[in-house]
Amino acid sequence: MHIFVNKKELDRQIFYKRKLGTHKPINKSRYLPYICNSLKNGNMKIGVVVFPGSNCDDDMMHVMGDVLGYETVKIWHKQDDLAGLGKNDCIILPGGFSYGDYLRSGAIARFSPVMKEVVKHANEGGYVYGICNGFQILCEAGLLPGVLLRNKNQLFVSKNVHLKVCNNVNPWTKGLNRALPLQMPVAHADGRYHIGADGLEKLIENEQILLRYCDENGALTEESNFNGSVDAIAGICNEKRNVFGMMPHPERAAESLLGNEDGKTLLSAFFNHMIAV
Amino acid sequence: MQTYKANIKILPLKELLDPQGKAVANNIGSLGITGVQDVRIGKFIELYLTAESKAAAESEVEKACKELLANQIMENYEYEIEEFQAD
Repeated sequence: MHIFVNKKELDRQIFYKRKLGTHKPINKSRYLPYICNSLKNGNMKIGVVVFPGSNCDDDMMHVMGDVLGYETVKIWHKQDDLAGLGKNDCIILPGGFSYGDYLRSGAIARFSPVMKEVVKHANEGGYVYGICNGFQILCEAGLLPGVLLRNKNQLFVSKNVHLKVCNNVNPWTKGLNRALPLQMPVAHADGRYHIGADGLEKLIENEQILLRYCDENGALTEESNFNGSVDAIAGICNEKRNVFGMMPHPERAAESLLGNEDGKTLLSAFFNHMIAV
Repeated sequence: MQTYKANIKILPLKELLDPQGKAVANNIGSLGITGVQDVRIGKFIELYLTAESKAAAESEVEKACKELLANQIMENYEYEIEEFQAD
């Protein structure tokens, strides 16, 4: 469902949000950790890692902090600690172009000091969530299987796509309706998920494929798999289900102001899971 | 210590679609070159390093390829190592 919002109305809403102080202006010391207001006081804290070249970190801070009400903290990639976050907290690797995507997307980011802690956090069962470039980093760091290749059409694709929820008995997509496709934007050039035949079999067997590209009716067609991913994979989790990576951007579709709240639906599924726990 | 130069070739795996190569193959005909069957595009890396011996240099380059320069899920690599004298 698209809700049309005209430019004037958008400006007016942003103006009033700023005036009321609910809109978080970009921190001047952008790379220093800062804490968003906690609205609902969920027990879990969120850490958003900032690499050189990350560009979805502020969006993520805003959505997780202001919209969903988590206590949210930025973590600069040079830090060798997780800014006080513990085993029950969630680390997010946001989208962007870490290290300019040099060599391969996400290949260099895994050498950042903070990644040692992120890997440790994941191995101890902590939650780690990678979106777009974050997904690529998780694959390159070996926290998720497979790799993301150049899109089959060789182009950077920026558009809304539909996602089929393939598994709803995991922390990330818990309870989501499998028959209702979610609509979310993608913005990537390297999003063609690839894994060998054995690896794919294992993913299917363990039900690690959480999201697939589909059409608006939820059907998996060749056309809907626009980037040519193996088995139309858009998002997977690891075997232990505590690490999740996906190419589309839920944080760009999490407010009615933007005309689409499907991203919020997805992110809330995880939030609800954590409240239930 | 001797300086060595490693010439490293990295190519996408044969069974993988190489859209870059395909785009070139599909369009190279407009130059009047008609016999092109296939094009695959990869990377060529020159890496200079000092090491005790050629064998030691080789093990360093192998490690670099395996753990950083190539991702073996999608790429193959091969390299040659030669002694290097700076001018």
